[in-house]
Amino acid sequence: MSGNNNITRPQHRQLRFQVLRYDPATPAVPPRMQAYQIEEADGMTLFIALNEIREHLDPTLQFDFVCRAGICGSCAMMINGRPRLACRTLVRDLPDEITLAPLPFFELIKDLSVNTGKWMRGMSERLQTWLHTQEGAPEADIRRIEERMEPELAEQIYELDRCLECGCCVAACGTAQMREDFVGAVGFGKVARFRLDPRDSRTDEDFYELIGDDTGVFGCMSLLACHDVCPKSLPLQTQIAFLRRKMAVMGLKGAS
Amino acid sequence: MKTVMTDVLVIGGGLAGLRVAIAARKRGHDAIVLSLVPPKRSHSAAAQGGMQASLANVTKGIGDNEDIHFEDTVRGSDWGADQIVARMFVNTAPKAVRELAAWGIPWSRVRGGDREVIINEQKVMLTERAEAHGLVAQRDFGGTKKWRTCYVSDGTGHAMLFTVSDQAIHHGVTVHERTEALALIHDGERCYGAVVRDLITGELTAYLAKATAITTGGAGRLYRVTTNAVICEGMGHALALETGVAPVGNMEAVQFHPTGIFPAGILVTEGCRGDGGLLRDVNGERFMPHYEPEKKELASRDVVSRRMEEHIRSGNGVPSRFGSHLWLDITLLGRHHIEHNLREVKEICQYFLGIDPCDKWIPVRPAQHYTMGGVRTDHTGQSPWLKGLFAAGEAACWDMHGFNRLGGNSVAETVVAGMIVGEFIADFCDKPENAAPVPLTLAHEFVKREEAKLAAILENNGNESPIRLQMEMQEAMTSHVGIFRQGDALQTGVETLQNLLKRSASMAVSSKSRGANPELVAAYRMRRMLKLALAIAQGAYLRTESRGAHFREDFPQRNDEQWLKRTLAFWPGEDADMPRFEYEALDVMKMELPPGWRGYGAKNYINHPDTERREQEVNAIRAKMEGQSRFAVQEALMPYTHNLPASLTGRNERIDEPLETLK
Repeated sequence: MSGNNNITRPQHRQLRFQVLRYDPATPAVPPRMQAYQIEEADGMTLFIALNEIREHLDPTLQFDFVCRAGICGSCAMMINGRPRLACRTLVRDLPDEITLAPLPFFELIKDLSVNTGKWMRGMSERLQTWLHTQEGAPEADIRRIEERMEPELAEQIYELDRCLECGCCVAACGTAQMREDFVGAVGFGKVARFRLDPRDSRTDEDFYELIGDDTGVFGCMSLLACHDVCPKSLPLQTQIAFLRRKMAVMGLKGAS
Repeated sequence: MKTVMTDVLVIGGGLAGLRVAIAARKRGHDAIVLSLVPPKRSHSAAAQGGMQASLANVTKGIGDNEDIHFEDTVRGSDWGADQIVARMFVNTAPKAVRELAAWGIPWSRVRGGDREVIINEQKVMLTERAEAHGLVAQRDFGGTKKWRTCYVSDGTGHAMLFTVSDQAIHHGVTVHERTEALALIHDGERCYGAVVRDLITGELTAYLAKATAITTGGAGRLYRVTTNAVICEGMGHALALETGVAPVGNMEAVQFHPTGIFPAGILVTEGCRGDGGLLRDVNGERFMPHYEPEKKELASRDVVSRRMEEHIRSGNGVPSRFGSHLWLDITLLGRHHIEHNLREVKEICQYFLGIDPCDKWIPVRPAQHYTMGGVRTDHTGQSPWLKGLFAAGEAACWDMHGFNRLGGNSVAETVVAGMIVGEFIADFCDKPENAAPVPLTLAHEFVKREEAKLAAILENNGNESPIRLQMEMQEAMTSHVGIFRQGDALQTGVETLQNLLKRSASMAVSSKSRGANPELVAAYRMRRMLKLALAIAQGAYLRTESRGAHFREDFPQRNDEQWLKRTLAFWPGEDADMPRFEYEALDVMKMELPPGWRGYGAKNYINHPDTERREQEVNAIRAKMEGQSRFAVQEALMPYTHNLPASLTGRNERIDEPLETLK
């Protein structure tokens, strides 16, 4: 027998966390990295790990979790330099040293907590992310049988509708680092979703008004980190490319 | 003192609250929604499987209508529901689905023609009607006679929440994110709004409104293992309870969902079983047909959860270092079905368990899931004890769920109650006499009181930690007030909670920051959670019968003779250590569906003295009216349409029931 069998690996690793701490309410205290060490446990996610740190080591550490099941998008943060949902990140997939930082781009609340909600509401207002009906059209008679839709089309719309507005795509975006007013892949995904929906009365002219400039599709540098980091694996690459083509055509029409 | 004035103050930014606010806005009233988190992060998003509405589009739903949905709901409730409210609900649910369709929800649709499904382990060919092609589809769920649950893959709640939230933006609903109501402002008769804390700055503001609505969802976090989001701590319930005037109803009715993944408690949808998934034990045996030959895996949730725990107790659980569990097997549904209709389930298994449910079984065990109890309201959603205070959704005891809610009836309730209660709130605000005088002095007193409470926590040098007290409370609730209940254990639970309440006076926090301070938040919520926990535990102790999700091993029978009544819990005052209980009798003589056997679970109950008489009456009315329309018969049994807002009284069209023929 090889001697390797006798080597007993410690059952659980000691995880060393480096967490970015900063409270904008006390600007005199500069941002700093704080170290915490905890023991790994079976099935431990960053949700479990961060709560353990808060329960046992530091009750002041601020972070956001809501569903802790990967469906609400509250807990996006930079995990070893990459934006991910913390709640569904298993520590067993990470090295012993884990560095956590808040998502860049969004307004910092404190420590790992950022105000994605405020930015997303602004995005929704700007892109009008609701179904538009013809002006003056009567409201649907909800006593009557609903409008029909092809099952495949409903599924395609849902595919784009799965966006969580977690902010990972914007945090990973090269353009967003340079211009604050960029609508980001989340915004393009919304436009693509309503553009696909035959119940929405908006035309490509209308969508061009919303995203036909450098704060919209023409600001995208096609680096497509958004596509790589999307926790829901939304087809952002194809949707953005498609929108750019459509909007470029609209732009040319406008120029002629 | 900073003040904010509005017409309608909505506390809670999930589906119910947003729909209430939209209703108010559409009627010309201003509305502010307070939300702990951005509304799209609310727990409504976690509803996976779907919402019940009797559209009868799919083949297995043919013949479905409001009557059958009503009966399923009342049976599910174990006759605890308010039957008038259940009627209002089932008549509005189809309208809600259709409104949401018009707002853009990508409901999964019927494909005309043949399709293969799994029913009771068998592959069955179903033929969907050509005339149903493209209409909203329905899937099977527990405790229902027809396939009635409308769905968007298994992300129904997410799709609904995003669409309704965006509609709220469209309608100009103001949302104040990351704010928390600490107390209702009231004078014992009239509610005027709330004292609200900004969770970022810590600032307190008095929000004053004509109408205040509590739409804060459930209280799952009183338990250690729950499917609920971490924000579901029952704080809306506690707001009402702490007034001392407005009671919470039926708090002992707590639902445990059969399939929380083990041990984390994350939900996998009932749609797994609805679509043909099976429960298996340590030997890989399917065991539910042995206990429930009729409905098997698809009996109501309370029944399936109890049978699972019973099976584990008799030594058939799968042992693990965290305790025993059972298996949910969806492998038989096939990869294509799972990847299209159960994709959230697949992701959850992949990320949290590291398994592919197309090939492997999912470890599951029942976990706390739903709070049937809530702020007791009348059919308009208003508290009869505190004028101007409304509640809707899971936070309310409206009361359509009684002692057990059916799967698919909760997201349905959020939007339906939002529509109905929202109209009544608008009516309330329309009345000149409800333009309440602005009670600034009263508001000031309430703000001062909350400031003093916060200061007392920040200055406390005691030796208790809020986080430790919370863990002890969750442990006590899980061990003593769980699925199986028993007098002695409940008493132990109550004493433990009372002791924790006493100890909570010595809670101290390490950071004295008044702004973003998670420990301070845990501390000021702790006492409220304990009061609510006591309402559950003592309510369960006093209710010496078994009904729906409330199961007493020492009193296994449902006892209609003594317990066909709703529990009301009042909090007597800040120094109290126990709620005061009152009971509200349900009138059998007014029921459309008198109490009987549910059709699943134990056939074990003591009749109410009026039951037989009412049954005879009902039968006589049915016999006399034979040949008349189902609407006329229903109206004769239990008139309810006058209780609905006028805009929602219409009939519901179906393929087999054109609107013009519905008289």
